[in-house]
Amino acid sequence: MSKKRVVVTGIGTVNPLALNLLDSWKRLCNGESGIGEITQFDTSNLSIKIGGEVREFDAEEIFGKQYSRKLDRAGHLTIQATKEAIENAGFDSDKRLGPNCGIIIGTGIGGLTATENTVRIYDERGEKRVSPLSITQIMPNSSTGQASIKFGVEGPSSTITTACAASANAIGEAKRWIENNVVDMVIAGGTESATTGMTISAFSQSRALSSRNNDPEKASRPFDKDRDGFVMSEGCTMMFLESEESAKSRGANIYGYLVGYGSSTDAFHITAPSKGGVGASNAINTSLKDAKLDPEKIDYINAHGTSTKMNDVTETVAIKRSFGPSAETVAISSTKSMVGHLLGGAGAFESMVCLMSIKDGIVPPTINLDSPDEECDLNYTPINSIEKNINYAMTNSFGFGGHNAVLIFSKN
Amino acid sequence: MAALFFDLEGVLMEVNEVYKKVKSLFIDELGIEEEKISMESKLEEDLEIDSLGIVEVVMAFEDEFNIEIDDEELSNIGTVGEAVNLLHSKL
Repeated sequence: MSKKRVVVTGIGTVNPLALNLLDSWKRLCNGESGIGEITQFDTSNLSIKIGGEVREFDAEEIFGKQYSRKLDRAGHLTIQATKEAIENAGFDSDKRLGPNCGIIIGTGIGGLTATENTVRIYDERGEKRVSPLSITQIMPNSSTGQASIKFGVEGPSSTITTACAASANAIGEAKRWIENNVVDMVIAGGTESATTGMTISAFSQSRALSSRNNDPEKASRPFDKDRDGFVMSEGCTMMFLESEESAKSRGANIYGYLVGYGSSTDAFHITAPSKGGVGASNAINTSLKDAKLDPEKIDYINAHGTSTKMNDVTETVAIKRSFGPSAETVAISSTKSMVGHLLGGAGAFESMVCLMSIKDGIVPPTINLDSPDEECDLNYTPINSIEKNINYAMTNSFGFGGHNAVLIFSKN
Repeated sequence: MAALFFDLEGVLMEVNEVYKKVKSLFIDELGIEEEKISMESKLEEDLEIDSLGIVEVVMAFEDEFNIEIDDEELSNIGTVGEAVNLLHSKL
C-alpha cells in the first residue's frame, strides 16, 4: 500500500512577536523584532539581560486560576497554541478529538520554572512543603499530557527531547504516523519556556548568548560578522497535521504538504557541529530523498541560523555540501533574527514560517544582517522580505547533542 | 455533621472562623470560585480538587493553622465540612 500524503490544516502559535498566527506572520514579513529586556525575573546579577518573552499573556486570566496553577508556563503556552491550531483546522476545541488523533510535542527542557521553584522550596522548607503538583509540571512530557487531556486526544502520544531539533523531529515523526496509517490526524509542534536565571547563566558561561544588552532588537543577527551569540526565547507553535484524504473529505483548508523529513546525528561533540557540516548535510540529503526531490527544486530554506559564530558558518557549509551549485540561488533566511531562539519550539515555529511563505509567496528576512560574514556568503535575504513564488520550502533544525532534523513542505 | 456545631453557641464562632479561613484558602491558594464553596460541597465532585489537589489543600491547612494532618486523617476528608471539623478539632 502506498504511503498516505500528509497535509497541514491548522497552525497555532504564541511567541515573542505575537499571540496568534496571523499577527506573528505579519510582523515577520515586516522584519520586526520580538526581543527585549527580560521582565519576568530580576536580571541585575546576570551578564545577559535580554530575551524573547511572550508578552501580555496572563495564564490566570486566560484559563482561570484553578486550571492555570496546575501547569508550568511551557504548558500554558502549549494549551493556547494547540487551541488555535485545532480551531484553525476547523474543529471545535471544546469537543474531544478522540482515538484517530495523536499528539507529539518537542521540548528542550520541559517545566524548568517548576523544577527551579521546587528545588528552592525543598532547600528552604523541606519535604513536607514540596508541592504534589511539582512532578507533573517538571516532567518534559507534561505539556503533551495536559494538551491531550484538554482536547481529548486519545491516539498515540509522545514527547521528543532532542534540544533545538525537538519540534522539527516531532513534526517529522508525526508525518510517519500518518503515512503509516497509525492515525489520520496528529497535533505536532514544540514548546519552550526555559529562560530563567539558571539557564541564562549556564548558556552564558558556555559563551553561547548574545550580550548586546543595550540594543536588544539588534542582538540576534544570524550570518552577520558582528554576531555574538543567540538570544533565548520562549513560545509554542503547534500544527494540525492530517492525511490528505481526511482533510479533503471534510473540506479543510490546506496550508501545504509535509513531503520530506530527514534526521541525522553528528556523533561528534555534545555542542559543536561536526566538521564540514557533515551531520547537518546528511539530514538535508535524507529529507530530499524522503521528498524525492533534487535540491534545485527548493525555493526557500528557513535556516537554523542561530547567530552563534559556529552554527552560522557550519550551516552555510552544510547547505553548500548538499545543494551544490543551487546553494547560490536558493532564498534563505533566519527568522531567529526576529523571534530569537525558541529552542525546543524553534522547528515548529520555522515550519509555520515555511507554510506561510508558501501560502503568501513571501520570504521573511534575516534582519540585522548588515555586514555578512565572509564565510556566510549565501543568499540570506538581509533586512527586507522579498516576494517569491515558493513551491518547496525547507527548514533546518540542529540541536545540542548533535541532533539534526530537516523538514520539507510543498504547495502541492 | 455540620448542624451539630451550629447548635452549640460557644463553638459557633470558632467553627465559622475556621470555615471562613478554609474558604479563603480555597479561593486564594487553589483558585476555586467562591460561589461553589459551602460546608456541604464535595472536594472532588463539586470543587474539582483531585487527589494531588487534596494534598495541596492539606499543605495549605497545615501552614495556615500550624498543625499536622496525617494520611489517615487526610483519607477521611471528603467535604469542606469534614475538613472544617477536622481542623476545628485540632485547634
